[in-house]
Amino acid sequence: MSACPDKEMLLHGLLDGELDAANTAAIEAHLKTCPGCAEAFRGLQSLSARLAAPGVAYRAPDALRTRIEAMAATPEPKPRRLRAAAPWALSGGFGALAATFALMLSLPSTTALEDQLIASHVRSTMEQHLVDVQTSDRHTVKPWFNGRVDFAPPVVDLADQGFPLVGGRLDYIDGKVVAAVVYRRNKHVVNLFIWKAQPGIASPAPARAHAGYAVVHWRENGLEFWAVSDVEARDLEAFHQAFAKLTQT
Amino acid sequence: MSSGRILPFGPSLAQAPEPLPPPGKAQRGEAEAAPLGPDDQQRFRSLVLPHMDAAYNFARYLSRDASLAEDLVQDAFLRAFKGFAGFRGGDPKAWLFAIVRSSHLTWARSRGAGLTAVPEDFEDVPAEGDTPEQALVRQGEVDTVRGAISALPEPFRETLVLRELEELSYREIAEVTGAPIGTVMSRLARARSMLLAALGPEETSS
Repeated sequence: MSACPDKEMLLHGLLDGELDAANTAAIEAHLKTCPGCAEAFRGLQSLSARLAAPGVAYRAPDALRTRIEAMAATPEPKPRRLRAAAPWALSGGFGALAATFALMLSLPSTTALEDQLIASHVRSTMEQHLVDVQTSDRHTVKPWFNGRVDFAPPVVDLADQGFPLVGGRLDYIDGKVVAAVVYRRNKHVVNLFIWKAQPGIASPAPARAHAGYAVVHWRENGLEFWAVSDVEARDLEAFHQAFAKLTQT
Repeated sequence: MSSGRILPFGPSLAQAPEPLPPPGKAQRGEAEAAPLGPDDQQRFRSLVLPHMDAAYNFARYLSRDASLAEDLVQDAFLRAFKGFAGFRGGDPKAWLFAIVRSSHLTWARSRGAGLTAVPEDFEDVPAEGDTPEQALVRQGEVDTVRGAISALPEPFRETLVLRELEELSYREIAEVTGAPIGTVMSRLARARSMLLAALGPEETSS
């Protein structure tokens, strides 16, 4: 026994509370006289009840909740930047303090982008997201990007300089797919994000701390490079220098 | 049949058009939007954050992958936060869902067609508040239902989850998915009949 074909959508509409008063009255009257439709409607009600049972809908994992709540509670970036720079400035005396302020004043307003990069870095250090291709062999990582991004990201071996290669992955920054080449420094992860340079974007800046993460940006051969890590800023600057030395030839 | 709200649809609408882009500005525009003031941040926390479970549930059934769903939801909240200044009323939950959906589309395109996630096993996350014995029985039923939903083709799965689990109205589902209301209705009916066929009668009622 099944529902009348011309009444089927009305049964769904009734179940979902989407009918106006006239249609509701009409279909309810019909249900009293049509066993087929009545049975079909009971079937729909029973299905709805099974779908509404606890446990069918997923709940956000606690780690995700924590990350998103932290993001939404982020204070304005300026005071945070000042705090991040302050201990370094105090230990270095007045000259360093002045240099710090000069640095801060000359900073381009790219915090939205930097926040994205740091969020992506943090995400990558959660389990199973670090790399899509896992190998310390740069000759494997480099071709892996072929056809996945529309440029050839340079991949160099920096194991001798203390930054062994971990692998590569695709990431999504500022509305585009970018290459992320992943290195390690002891137990720390260094994410090197690479994409094609657009004219008029902020000029290179030395490594600096940003919300507890070190960020360094440079541009070379028409590509933008952003290295992000939780290592010390000077270590990340060393990474930048070692990387640039090998790619500048 | 008398005229009612339900009438404007027909079988010809079963082929849905490509979904529209989500409401609000494009990503680049969001990134360049002015930073939120403290009032807007407070509004974001009270209007959008409460829908985190719902957003994750939607992303999870869309992607059928636990870790990808986390990425999609985090990306969507980042975009929602940056684009919140462009949010002009309406239902914040539907607005957030449209962003989650767009994140998923972007991911799917970046990976190329044909590389969709393999449906996972449904073994995790016991329902809360059960004794271990109840949990065992219930988990069997929950796994069965989750598995049946996940096996639905995407447009039907998406429509069903938005209606049955998230309780969006037909109109809101049409807004989120960019499909006409008639298409939403026929997808929902089709999804329910596929689920009824897959699940059969409930074990406890036999």
